[in-house]
Amino acid sequence: MSEPLLELKDVRVGFHGRTVLQNIDLHLNSGEIVTLIGPNGAGKTTLVRIVLGLLKPDSGHCHMMKDLRIGYMPQKLQIEPSMPLPVSRFLSLAGASKKQILNALTCTGVEHIYNSPIQTLSGGETQRVLLARALLRKPQLLILDEPVQGVDVNGQRELYHLIKIFRDETGCGVLMVSHDLHLVMAATDKVICLNNHICCSGHPSQVSQHPAYLQLFGHESSELAIYTHNHNHAIDGHVIDCGDCQSGNQDKSQQ
Amino acid sequence: MIDFILYPLLAGLGVAFVAGPLGTFVVWRRMAYFGETLSHSALLGVALGFLFDINLNLAVAICSIMLALILVWLQQKHLMATDTLLGILAHSALSIGLVTVSLMDSVRIDLMSYLFGDLLAVDVSDLFWIYGGGAVVLGLLWKFWSPLLSMTVHEELAQVEGVPVRGTRLLLMLLIALVIAVSMKIVGVLLITSLLIIPAATAQRLAKTPEQMAGGASICGMLAVGGGIALSWIYDTPTGPSVVVCSAFLFLLVLLISGNRR
Repeated sequence: MSEPLLELKDVRVGFHGRTVLQNIDLHLNSGEIVTLIGPNGAGKTTLVRIVLGLLKPDSGHCHMMKDLRIGYMPQKLQIEPSMPLPVSRFLSLAGASKKQILNALTCTGVEHIYNSPIQTLSGGETQRVLLARALLRKPQLLILDEPVQGVDVNGQRELYHLIKIFRDETGCGVLMVSHDLHLVMAATDKVICLNNHICCSGHPSQVSQHPAYLQLFGHESSELAIYTHNHNHAIDGHVIDCGDCQSGNQDKSQQ
Repeated sequence: MIDFILYPLLAGLGVAFVAGPLGTFVVWRRMAYFGETLSHSALLGVALGFLFDINLNLAVAICSIMLALILVWLQQKHLMATDTLLGILAHSALSIGLVTVSLMDSVRIDLMSYLFGDLLAVDVSDLFWIYGGGAVVLGLLWKFWSPLLSMTVHEELAQVEGVPVRGTRLLLMLLIALVIAVSMKIVGVLLITSLLIIPAATAQRLAKTPEQMAGGASICGMLAVGGGIALSWIYDTPTGPSVVVCSAFLFLLVLLISGNRR
């Protein structure tokens, strides 16, 4: 058993006397996709910020594998309107070549916006560009904060599928935040249901039936979860070859 | 005769060249008020320079850098909103400078030339300061361009990707402080920020990448300096304001040409 990429032990954090997270134990191995779900204010983004090292926990330990390469996809991208910034230049900030950038954009399905100013993108396009940037880092750990925000339903499935393929091909670990379980079910190994503490965790189908989950999200979402679960096997309509987006120097012709 | 026009021209062009790329950061990061504060403190530097009898350029540079450091320090304490803090520091520094100058009976200081610049009084030692300081600023900017840009685009993303954000932010503030110190002679305390902002805003209308905007800002600034000196030469107008007028005119022109294109 190899060393986990990430290990949190009894983490607690609060702001202005209000406890946002407590008793958080979490560990994530290579090749594992862990999804954090929870209502607004549950502390999902706070937990992500701790993992990213942007925030120090008040107590507890956060241990990362040494020299861990992280690809991070933030929740929002707000760029000063005064900065002329084409998508290509934004992505090259990750330290990638033109070819790698094109591959990553093809991979996330938005190669046509290579030259577009980044401020003109739609919400869904922005998410895809952000994902491309995270993938360009050739991450060992991919951290995605609400990766499908503003993306239409088909696009959401596509992106989750893409994340899964990327994991399958590179064996990286994935930690992502979502606020609904039903769409991530197919592309996740483990779900952690968060509401300031860990309410329940485990395989998505178990969590979706767990009393703590049902109490948080109600039965409606459980029906939705079951509904989507039934369609799991029919999703793989559009499969994109993702191998090129991390090894851009290999010449692989796209079908 | 040739020195009379050549030195100011060289000085002005040098300053505009350096101010261009830094001005783009001032625009992108909305640091106009920060620049204003530093430039106001430049007068305090002049006063202190006279008081302790040290080189004025050096005094101004030290004073701006000190103020930039104080600002960073106070900002991290989160005592109050940044613009309130800047407002307090800017006008306190300017007023302390003015009061100090008025208390010094022994030296007569031509206040106007510090407030609005005195480009025509540039001498060889000023040129040395401008080109020496400018080379340092440009060298650092070149070396740290990528982290500076990354941080400006998305601070957290940059930090996760390994950019030392705090150090980079401090570097940018120090560079701006240095440029302001160096350019005080050209356009004066009250007009320095215009030299940073107007060329950058002009270049923004035409640029497609951050680098184009930075280079464009240099060119726009240099054009304005050339035009301003010519204006001042022909109509005997004050040089600093003439440069700013040219810069503003260029901005309007580009605005009209580029239309509503963002």
